[in-house]
Amino acid sequence: MTDQSYNFAYLDEQTKRMIRRAILKGIAVPGYQVPFASREMPMPYGWGTGGVQVTAACLTPEDRLKVIDQGADDTTNAVSIRKFFQRTAGVATTEATAEATLIQTRHRIPEHPLTEDQILVYQVPIPEPLRFLEPRETETRKMHSLEEYGLMHVKLYEDIARHGSIATSYAYPVKVEGRYVMDPSPIPKFDNPKLGDCPALQLFGAGREQRIYALPPHTQVVSLDFDDHPFQATKAPHDCDLCGASESYLDEVIVDDAGNRMFVCSDTDFCRSRREAGHAGRLTMQEAAE
Amino acid sequence: MKMEPITATPLLRVDNLTKRYGSRIGCADVSFDLWPGEVLGIVGESGSGKSTLLSCLAGHLTPDEGQVIFDTAGGPRDVLRMTEPERRRLSRTDWAFVHQNPRDGLRMGVTAGGNVGERLMAVGARHYGDIRDRATDWLGRVEIAAERIDDRPTAFSGGMQQRLQIARNLVTGPRLVFMDEPTGGLDVSVQARLLDLLRGLVREMGLSAIIVTHDLAVVRLLADRLMVMKSGRVVEQGLTDQVLDDPQHPYTQLLVSSVLQV
Repeated sequence: MTDQSYNFAYLDEQTKRMIRRAILKGIAVPGYQVPFASREMPMPYGWGTGGVQVTAACLTPEDRLKVIDQGADDTTNAVSIRKFFQRTAGVATTEATAEATLIQTRHRIPEHPLTEDQILVYQVPIPEPLRFLEPRETETRKMHSLEEYGLMHVKLYEDIARHGSIATSYAYPVKVEGRYVMDPSPIPKFDNPKLGDCPALQLFGAGREQRIYALPPHTQVVSLDFDDHPFQATKAPHDCDLCGASESYLDEVIVDDAGNRMFVCSDTDFCRSRREAGHAGRLTMQEAAE
Repeated sequence: MKMEPITATPLLRVDNLTKRYGSRIGCADVSFDLWPGEVLGIVGESGSGKSTLLSCLAGHLTPDEGQVIFDTAGGPRDVLRMTEPERRRLSRTDWAFVHQNPRDGLRMGVTAGGNVGERLMAVGARHYGDIRDRATDWLGRVEIAAERIDDRPTAFSGGMQQRLQIARNLVTGPRLVFMDEPTGGLDVSVQARLLDLLRGLVREMGLSAIIVTHDLAVVRLLADRLMVMKSGRVVEQGLTDQVLDDPQHPYTQLLVSSVLQV
């Protein structure tokens, strides 16, 4: 039921125009962080205010919205954002990746391959990949404009020096179309290969930092690495305990205080649809046996 | 007697460099040539414009008048009329800047190896093993033990930090090094070691250097030529020994006689 006291999708039309202009600029310059006048949203910073504004600017009444948080459709953040748009925009929602036309995500790319008819909106806490090494915004902007990205490799060097391999496992920096170095938001580096040549439009919104950036469909995205320490997409070396999937990204869940744990797909929709199709993992088989 | 230059073009030619802060003068009408392999000392009291001059030369400040012509790989170019990307590229390849306080020149949150490797990575090195080998080599050259390569500069003493800063700057084989009081804030025995080290590196690599200091002992040891500044102007210049042993300008005489004889 749409709440009539709000404009469609909460934001007023002028604000949506402003955000759309930023998005268009971001699409025109892939990987470039476009500043925009981020609005106060009825949720705290860090809960996806940037992603919500991008979603609001992209939504049409015909859209079917899916919201995921760490891959799951049923966690607080996902549930409250989905409800928010149900109430303010009255759009249809879904948990199935293939049925959605617009997916807002926090920290994951869905396992199911995306299509050209979909938009993927990321929530970004810190859009600046160089931030932790160079605190000055004036300097990082200059480094982007002059393509001085040596510092990004210093971060990876530090990883190898300290841990023996590139230990950065999320928010792994990428280079877009051979030009801008971009923070892909805190997705696991397992998802990095899916960023490149993706048929869907990918939009990134950082509310507190007031930045929007974008990857148009089929953009070249390369994860940074060293010649002798190449990029590796990593995941827990297990199969999903519920659906048996070996190729999906897994969450580790501690199930008792005796050290027992289970690994489950972080993408709940992917896991459920596999189980419905008859696949079974270690725990589901155990249950069936009992 | 005028020494014959080794090559036909000076490495750096400075022409009438002037920097004003409003109506006050930072430095005025400074002109000199620096030849390859030469070390030039700039001395003077606090506020005499030495640091302003060095910042103008290194491109940190924009002077109001004058030219700074550097002999780049593609021929002499006026540094002040270069585009910013060109100047920044120059400052991480052919140039180096050693700050007085190592904290200004180092990344304190990054290991020694990362600090030395940063310039290599900035010019495109992408092989971890090579970067690490060169960093280890350079730590050795500045007398830092190789097992400290994964320690952060915060765990280093002041003298080690300064030596690390020097290694970080020289790793890409620059041709011109700017040094702002490189021994300031270090105790005398550490100063002596650092000076020894610097003298060795400068001779070995054939570096040209411009050293700003108020310590006459430093220039006596390192500099071939000396410029004395007062109130933003150069009052005397010449060979180091000549200027220190036979000062002509009243201010230089005062400066030389002010040094405590132990």
